[in-house]
Formats: sequence, structure tokens, C-alpha cells
Amino acid sequence: MLKTIGDRILTTIPALIGVVLVSFLLTRVLPGDTAAYFAGPAATPQAIAEVKAKLGLDKPLPEQFAKYVVDLAHGDLGQSLTTGQPVLADLTSRLPASAELTLFGLILSLVIAIPLGVVAAVRQGSAVDHICRVVVTAGVSLPVFFTGLILVYVFYFILQWSPAPLGRIDVFATTPPTVTGFYLIDSLVVGDYEAFRSALSQMLLPGVTLAIFSLAPIARITRASMISALSAEFTRTAKASGLSPRRVIVTYALRNALLPVVTTLGMVFSFLLGANVLVEKVFAWPGVGSYAVEALIASDFAPVQGFVLAMAIIYVVLNLLIDLAYGVIDPRVRMSS
Amino acid sequence: MKRRDFLKSTVATAAVSAGGVPAPAIWSSAKAQSRAETLLIVSESGPNNLDIHGVGTNVPGYEASWNCYDRLISHEMKEGPNGVPYYDRDKFKPELAEDMNVGDMSATFKLKKNAVFHDGTPVTAKDVKWSLDRAVTVGGFPTFQMKAGSLEKPEQFVVVDDRTIRVDFIRKDRLTIPDLAVIVPCVVNSELVKKHATAEDPWGLEYTKQNVAGSGAYKIAKWTPGVDVTFERNEAWTGGPMPKVRRVIWRVVPSAGNRRALLERGDADISYDLPNKDFVELKNDGKLSIVSTPYSNGIQYIGMNVTKPPFDNVKVRQAVAYALPYQKIMDAVMFGLSKPMFGAAADAPTEVAWPQAHKYNTDLAKARQLLAEAGYPNGFETTISFDLGFAGINEPLCVLAQESLQQIGVKTTINKVPGANWRTELNKKEMPLFTNVFSGWLDYPEYFFFWCYDGQNSVFNTMSYQNPAMDKLIAGARAAAATGDKPTYDKDVRGFVDLAFADAPRVPLFQPYVNVAMQKNVSGYQYWFHRRLDYRALVKA
Repeated sequence: MLKTIGDRILTTIPALIGVVLVSFLLTRVLPGDTAAYFAGPAATPQAIAEVKAKLGLDKPLPEQFAKYVVDLAHGDLGQSLTTGQPVLADLTSRLPASAELTLFGLILSLVIAIPLGVVAAVRQGSAVDHICRVVVTAGVSLPVFFTGLILVYVFYFILQWSPAPLGRIDVFATTPPTVTGFYLIDSLVVGDYEAFRSALSQMLLPGVTLAIFSLAPIARITRASMISALSAEFTRTAKASGLSPRRVIVTYALRNALLPVVTTLGMVFSFLLGANVLVEKVFAWPGVGSYAVEALIASDFAPVQGFVLAMAIIYVVLNLLIDLAYGVIDPRVRMSS
Repeated sequence: MKRRDFLKSTVATAAVSAGGVPAPAIWSSAKAQSRAETLLIVSESGPNNLDIHGVGTNVPGYEASWNCYDRLISHEMKEGPNGVPYYDRDKFKPELAEDMNVGDMSATFKLKKNAVFHDGTPVTAKDVKWSLDRAVTVGGFPTFQMKAGSLEKPEQFVVVDDRTIRVDFIRKDRLTIPDLAVIVPCVVNSELVKKHATAEDPWGLEYTKQNVAGSGAYKIAKWTPGVDVTFERNEAWTGGPMPKVRRVIWRVVPSAGNRRALLERGDADISYDLPNKDFVELKNDGKLSIVSTPYSNGIQYIGMNVTKPPFDNVKVRQAVAYALPYQKIMDAVMFGLSKPMFGAAADAPTEVAWPQAHKYNTDLAKARQLLAEAGYPNGFETTISFDLGFAGINEPLCVLAQESLQQIGVKTTINKVPGANWRTELNKKEMPLFTNVFSGWLDYPEYFFFWCYDGQNSVFNTMSYQNPAMDKLIAGARAAAATGDKPTYDKDVRGFVDLAFADAPRVPLFQPYVNVAMQKNVSGYQYWFHRRLDYRALVKA
């Protein structure tokens, strides 16, 4: 087991080196000029040159890269010019926000999508199957910012059921002390139920928005792999042996159908984590996606590189976890490795 | 409201039953009270630096500096064009100084006796000198702004005694005193900052980026970059009457739609960067108070690069000036929320003021005729560029201009320049046709012209316009202003305005408005040259 993990981590090193190199080069070929942007509205060419020198952008690319790698090795991701903070501090404060929201959305999505997919597969062509198809198509075809705005409009503006879309917690509530960075967990740890309630109610709408969007891949994959599992010979054997339908579906078919679902889940999670920029924008959510986009608009290199690197690491770790989960779900995978 | 409370209590109950601990029963009343004493501002972006002297401090950062630091002097208020308090360009009031004495070649300021910084140390002349020295030496925007008022060298700031500071003039300049009342010459707690200064950072910019070292009316209680800033009132402030609002929370809400929703629902108190369409609708709706004030000394214009054909020909420029769809831009882009800068009556005399309307109007026949006279009877092809950072206005504006120019045979391709790249492009001075905004903090015609039309070709002279006759008029007006020679001044100002309109290197379109939307119970909004909010005057009933 440990050897498997070690081997897996070793194979990811070239990928990470590639990410570091590519993110560095890509940010350098962006059309914007960081120095001109931050030298202010009244900058003379000389002032821009001064800022450039201050930021070390006047040096040749290989030298800049060498400095970047050395800093990276010391755990220094550089300074963000848009927020004025070290990138590492920004990412560590913002990543939990994105992760919490994404996980919440994903769990919400799972709770709906898996049963929906299972029922749709068991009763192919039934009303449930059609509903599943409609929900899934609608979910994937509505852009997230649109769903988000509609939800805000209906549940905040018209109905007043939801609190103001002002980020992770009510403006007047106190932020729970940081333990995990997940407000829902942190507030429970210190027993601050007011903060918990506030954080939960703030998270409902963006969570639902993300869930609606991520329903589609999960429900579709569940349905497809359930259909093939249900028509497999072991299912027929189970049925012929007179096992209860529940047992046949849940224990035999579903467990076998879960592998592709878990794979999809990992992909959906890492995709959502970085791609929920629009949800973060709509709900003023202080996450990493909106952070990276704002940095990109200002040609602010360090945060963009830091973001790409963080995403790459998360992706690698997730894939590792998923591979390990395979082994738990399906002993055959464990044995073959 | 009831349903919302119901939902709240349901969720709370659910949480309680999960945790098994009773919920506190008092939260809502405590929250309601802090809500009443707090002003909640929502805007698109927040500060990246709390110190205006910092490298690359953004405009929201100016607002933080304005409210947390004091200057020697500030401006009095007068009634503005829309009945709203408007800073009085010509009247100054003491802030940290209790007395100002302007002589022929220097000004002497006596500091208030009881003025203290946030950490309790008294404000001394030494701090003032250190701060002004810092402003003229750190480089970048602060130094540039100081220079605009002939404040260039540390030797100009002399400590007379512990409470007296003298500012020597290096030349007579009408802008020197006004320049001491802008945001940049703020007074910094020199001892505190020096403690955090390093050899690489002698002015302690890294420290003041994150921390306020001032004596201003507000302190920063909490700052989460990109998320929010919480200001608390400084109970020991001596710079003026005690502000009414105890706490200000400034929250970043990137979506304009949500900022509007928050205002309409009464959850936010103030927002000022909404699209024009929203402001018009909110104004008509009447639930909020909407204040629109024209930018002082600011104009959105169409510029033409005069160094290259075809815009090196004055007739081509005039043709463009006659071909622009002014009224359509006012109606469809600005929704009427701006002051027209076109179509003055043919016999209207030129005023000694800026901005003022020019006499061009949309007249396609005349435009075609001018274009034919210039030797382009069939028109030509060019590109029109704009800053994507302000796409909300710039994009429809350029589309309308494109459509109208097409009718006189000028085919334009629209070039969208990303915000990060816009200044680089302006600095290159290669874009043939573009739209841009310029506005100056110091509201003087010769100031605007010195930066935008003078042959020194600053970055704001985006057209690269160089004309010795223009330079002479601008220099004349500046000299006359410094010595108080009103007849010469008036003659020269009229002269350069006339010349700018006749030569038409840039065609003014409109004077934009600063639009602020507030709840009805919020009052005391003041218009300032920097166009940001002054929390000190705001009142929440």
C-alpha cells in the first residue's frame, strides 16, 4: 500500500515540473504589462521602468525563472499585486473557502444525482428516467452565473428566504477562529452556532448553484454504468438466486457501477474547484477562482502561477485518493496492483 | 420577513438538534444594534494597499488613505451643481494645521496642539516634514502628483519648531496650496514607520501597505484583501467635527446585479459603481437616493493620433468631429447620466472654464464635404481602440461611433485592449483612433491643458499633439495664474480652448457623472475631487 502511494507520488513529479514551467511561460506571454498597470494612471515611461526593475521584470526570462524556482523551493510563491499580500497567504485563506463550497455543492449533487441515476437505470424509459434526462440537460445547459443570479433573484430579492449574497458569513456575524478554514466545521468546533447557521445559510444558494451544474455528469455516469451493471451476468445470477431487488441493485449492481462514478467525481471536484469563478463572483465568495481571474485581468503573474500550481497539486492528490478508493470499492484493482 | 425568520429558526433548530446544545437567544437584537451603527458600503473592488505612497496603490486604496490619514489642510464645502455639497476649490480649511499663513514665496502651518496619531503619539512638525519628504521622493504617482503643484524637493519642507512647518515655493505656482490638500500629502507617523523601515525599504512602505500609521478620523479594524475592510471611528480625532458613523464596513461585491439587489433590499447602505442603466432605473424607482455629480475637470473623448495620416490632417479630424453620434451616445450609452460636451450654440462665447461644450454637432453632410476637401472622398480604413476595463461604456460607444463613421466612408475595426494593457498602449502612442477619459484632481483649465495638450507630450497627451502656439498659450495662462494677472489669464484660457476645438486633436463627448446610490436614511454625501467617499461627513439615521 505505502509503496503504491510512494510510486504514485514519484510519477507525479515530472507533471508538476511541467506545470511550473508552463505556468511561468504562459503568464510571461500574456499581452498585459504588469509594470504599466501598477505604475498607476500617471506613470511616465521612466516610472514604469522603475516599477519593472522593482518587480524584477527587467531581467532575462531564464533568470526570472531561476529566481522563481528558488523562491518556490523556499515556499515563497511571490507577492500578489492586486491584493498586496503574499500569494501563499492568499491561497491558504481562499482555498478552504472554495473547497468548502465545492464539497458542499458536490455532496448536495451526489445526494440527488446517484439515486436519480440509479432509479433512471432501473426503470429505463419510465417517467423518472425522463425527469432525470430533463434535469440533467437543464443543469448542464444553464450557465452557472445565470442559475446563480436567478437563485439570488428569487430566493433573496423576491422571497427574502436567503440572506444577502455577501460571501461566506453574515457581515455582522463574527468569523469563527481558523482551525480547518471550513466555516461549517470551525464554527462547530468552537460551538458558535450563530456562525454555523450564518455560514450554512450563506452557502445554500451557491451550493445549490454548483450542485445543479454538477448533477449532469454524475447522474449520467451513474445511469450508464448502472445499466451495464444491471445487464451483467452476476446481476442475472443474483436475481435468479432469488435475492431481493434491493439487495441486487444496491449490493451487487451499484457497487460495481461505482468505479466510473468515483472517477467522474474526482474530475468534477477538481474542475469545480477552479472553475466556479462565476459562482464566486455572483455570491462575492472569496475563493481561489475569482482570485486567479482578478489577477489574470491585472497581468499579476505570481497569483496566477500560484493558483495553477495549487490546482495541479490538488488534482494529483485527488487522483491518488481516487486510485486508493478504487481498491476499497473493487478488490480486483487492489490485487492487480 | 417572517418567512425569512422562520427559515432562520428552522435552520438554527436543525443545527441545534444536530449539536444538542441550545442556541443563544440574543443574537438578533445585538446584531440589529450593530447594524444601526454601521454603514455598509458595497463596491466592485477593494484596496490593495492602505498607503497612497505605496507602489501601485489602486484607486480604492485612495479612499482608505483619505479617511484614515489627515492632511495639513482640506477644502471647505459649497453647494454643488445638483444641490449636493461639493468641495470648494478656492476655500481651504485647516485639518492638522490650526493656522495657515501664505507668504510670497512660502507658506507656514501651525499644527493643532492636541493632534495625535492613532497610537497616541502627538503629531509634530517632524512627522509632517518626513511625510512630505516621503511623498516627493518615493517615485511613481505620489511624486508625480506633488510635482504638479511644484512640490519637488525635500529642502522645500522646513521644520521651524515642534509645531510649525514651512513649505518653501520653488516657483510661483497657483497649484501649490491646492496640491497640499489632495490625498497624497498625508501626514504619517514617522517614528512608528521608521521602526519598520529596512535598508531596502527606507520609507517603510511594506508596513504602511498593511497598517495605517495616521491620525485620521477612521482606523482600520480589519482588512481582508479582496473581501472587506472594516473602519472604526477614531474617538481622539482632532481634524474636524467628530464623524457620526461609528463603524464602516466596505464589502467587495463583484456582481453589479447583486450590488443593486443589496441596495434595493436595504441590506447595503451605499454603492457607487453600478452601470448607468441601473442608476437610471433606481432613480426612477425612487426608493433610494441617487446623487449624480459631473466629474470635476474630467472628460470622455475620442482622440486621434495627429502624427500619422490620415489624422495629421485637421480637416479629417474635423470631419470625425462632425460624424460622431453625440446624442445617440448620450441616450443609448450613458442613459442621460452625463453632461453633454458638444453642440454649443454657434454664437456662444468661449468661457474661461473647463470643461465646456464645443460647437460640433452630428452633421454627416459637412463631415463628407470636409473629408473630400482633405483628399479622402471615399473615406479610409482605420481601427478604433478602447479599454476593456471600462467596456460597459466604451464598447457601445465605439460601436455607435463605428456605425456613424461608416456613413462617411470611414471603415473602422474595433480593437479591444485588455485593461492591463491599456496604459502600455497609450504610452506607445500608436493607436490611430481611440476613446479615453482624463480627469484631473486639481480643477484648473491650465492644469488639464498642460497634461493633455502641451507639446511636452505627456502620457495624457494621447494624441501626441504638439503645437507651439498651444504651448505658448498654456505657459501664458500658467504664468498669469501664478501672478494673479486675470486679463492675461482669461485671454490665454479662451485662446487655448478655441485652438483645441478648432484643431480638434481630441473631440470631447461628455463629462461623466459620479453616481452614488444610498438608502434614504443615509445623508451627508459630499462630492470630492477624488470622487471617492468621505465617511467623515456621512450620517445614518
